[in-house]
Amino acid sequence: MSETNVQPYNYGIIRLFTIMAIVWGVLGMFAGVYIALELTWPIFNLDTPAITFGRLRPVHTTLVIFGFGGSALFATSYYVVQRTCQVRLSSDVMANITFWGWQTSIALAVISYMAGFTQAREYAEMVWPIDILIAVTWVTYFIVFVHTLARRTQPHIYVANWFFVAFILATAILHIFNNMEVPISLFSLKSYSLHAGVQDAMTQWWYGHNAVGFFLTAAFLGMMYYFVPKQAGRPVYSYRLSIIHFWALVFLYMWVGAHHLHWTALPDWTSTLAATFSILLLLPSWGGMINGIMTLSGAWDKLRSDPVIRFLIVALSFYGMSTFEGPLMSLKSVNALSHYTDWTIGHVHSGALGWVAMVTFGSFYHLIPRLWETKMYSDRLIFLHFWLATIGIVLYISAMWVAGVGQGLMLRAFDEYGNLAYTFIETVEFLKNPYAIRALGGAFFLIGIVIMAYNVFMTIRQSRIERVALEAKIAAKLAKA
Amino acid sequence: MKHEKIETHAGLLIVLTLIVISVGGLVEILPLYFIDETIEEVKVSGKETVRPYTPLELLGRDLYQREGCYTCHSQMIRPFRDEKLRYGHYSLAAESKYDHPFQWGSKRTGPDLARVGKKYSNEWHVQHLIAPRSVVKESIMPNYGWLIETPLEFKDISDRLRALKLVGVPYSETEAEYEANVERFGEEVAKQLEIINAEDNLIEQAVTNNYDGITAEITEMEAMVAYLQVLGTMVDFKQFDDGYFATFR
Repeated sequence: MSETNVQPYNYGIIRLFTIMAIVWGVLGMFAGVYIALELTWPIFNLDTPAITFGRLRPVHTTLVIFGFGGSALFATSYYVVQRTCQVRLSSDVMANITFWGWQTSIALAVISYMAGFTQAREYAEMVWPIDILIAVTWVTYFIVFVHTLARRTQPHIYVANWFFVAFILATAILHIFNNMEVPISLFSLKSYSLHAGVQDAMTQWWYGHNAVGFFLTAAFLGMMYYFVPKQAGRPVYSYRLSIIHFWALVFLYMWVGAHHLHWTALPDWTSTLAATFSILLLLPSWGGMINGIMTLSGAWDKLRSDPVIRFLIVALSFYGMSTFEGPLMSLKSVNALSHYTDWTIGHVHSGALGWVAMVTFGSFYHLIPRLWETKMYSDRLIFLHFWLATIGIVLYISAMWVAGVGQGLMLRAFDEYGNLAYTFIETVEFLKNPYAIRALGGAFFLIGIVIMAYNVFMTIRQSRIERVALEAKIAAKLAKA
Repeated sequence: MKHEKIETHAGLLIVLTLIVISVGGLVEILPLYFIDETIEEVKVSGKETVRPYTPLELLGRDLYQREGCYTCHSQMIRPFRDEKLRYGHYSLAAESKYDHPFQWGSKRTGPDLARVGKKYSNEWHVQHLIAPRSVVKESIMPNYGWLIETPLEFKDISDRLRALKLVGVPYSETEAEYEANVERFGEEVAKQLEIINAEDNLIEQAVTNNYDGITAEITEMEAMVAYLQVLGTMVDFKQFDDGYFATFR
């Protein structure tokens, strides 16, 4: 039957991306817990090159940011753009190219890191052929998305799509300029970056922080702007606020990368500029948070009964918290203590687990029943996931605060004679307990997503059984008639 | 202009977004290429002392990247009292001017390595890389035993130098380039930067210094230790007046 052509929306591609997001999420978070164990008990490195911390760390970051986060963004952006434009994706073929291109890139990246092939640029470790594959995939994504927007049957482009557009454009620019490199030969995976030293550091952190700003923030705000109002059954709190905070956010974010380079050999004017814009960034960040949370005003009781709303609101709360912590850490005096320590790791995870993962879980629990035309298999398991995830995050970031602030203070402590009070290795010893608790927090979070994966698997199975039953019923009816 | 106009025109939304997101990067990155004070001038008796890596050091640096050392070690000392006592003089921009890519790092799970060169003996490094806890009991670093078991692959060394030359590192191919390097760095260094002699230079440095303590073959350990031992040794701060480097900041 040619039924697929008649269907108004392309849900097939969204289902694929949704499943892969969960698969990469489980693997990436497992890698995260594993490297947390390696840091606590180095025996976990097992004297095996492929799984030593230095090679597994980019595996973890790539799987969770690009595998889990990226696939979730493809899924939700394709869903949102079709629903809000009331039109099918412009090309099924190109949508499929984005799926296979993206999944292949992730898989190749992971394998190559473990084999020792890397660019040694944080969050951009992929070697040059993978960079090219990603660039092609991304341009295809841009064309599909914009072409779908252009064919919309609604006059207005919904606010969620502005954020997706900014995310796609910014990611393209960042990816291309940060990966300019010269391979040593056409048959080698090794390349050298075009920039060196100071300029390279600036380019890399312009990329690195905007991977946070656009990939992990703007795009997930797009997700938020669709799924929060939908799940709450209420319109976005303030239209005007969404306009102001959108433009302010996309403008300001691009300036702040250099706060990763305070007190380094980067000129002071650059890092001062970055600190200034980082503080300004608090305003649009909180604008988004307020707009999301206040959308729920008048329906607060749903927090008690609806686990999906819980995920979304807790996500927004963590978003508010980490976008307050971020500007704080960008102050040079605070950064002097926090930089190079686990405080940064804690901060990243309150954003990545608290905001990115939680808003994704919430959106997925809304999305999945609609994609497979059934109800979630178990609401109780959603509640369980919620509590495991929340406890996990709290354990994780508290441990990292203790580790980061503690080590920072120890490293700058002097004894009464003006000598250093602690050697470096003494601070490493101090980290042992916080590191163990961090691994425990991560394990909670991992168990949470495994439960989600089970719940989703059973939901899909249930949808198949329901469909078969329905078809049998129809067939029986037809036979009678 | 009413915002409605942007919301109803996809093309306009895209163009305006592109303009708005381009400003920050342009203002912060481009000037770094044009402002002379960005990178300090480090000359002693007319010669630049910060030089490109020798072939052996370069392969060590590439191994450093392969193993992801940058995920736990920074190479960027900040201008604080405790860091000066612990690691030495704060890092200069000039010291990483030939680093493609930079390896400043972002996390110190282990100590900073910007000035680790010459601080410990070769034997210490070999032992420490093979079994860190045999030297520092509380260390959480993985064992890197395979570095001493794996022969160093250096057939593509001249390809590597040529690629780096393409991005601006002054390795020399012609006689004129060699002469320019003699002028810039002195003869001894200039010889090390000749692409045509890369393989010979590499073997000679390995054999002369025998960083890994093994004479039978050149292992990956050889390159790794050669790289670690050169880190932070190219600027002799005693040769410069107090406050000279501060004028660049």
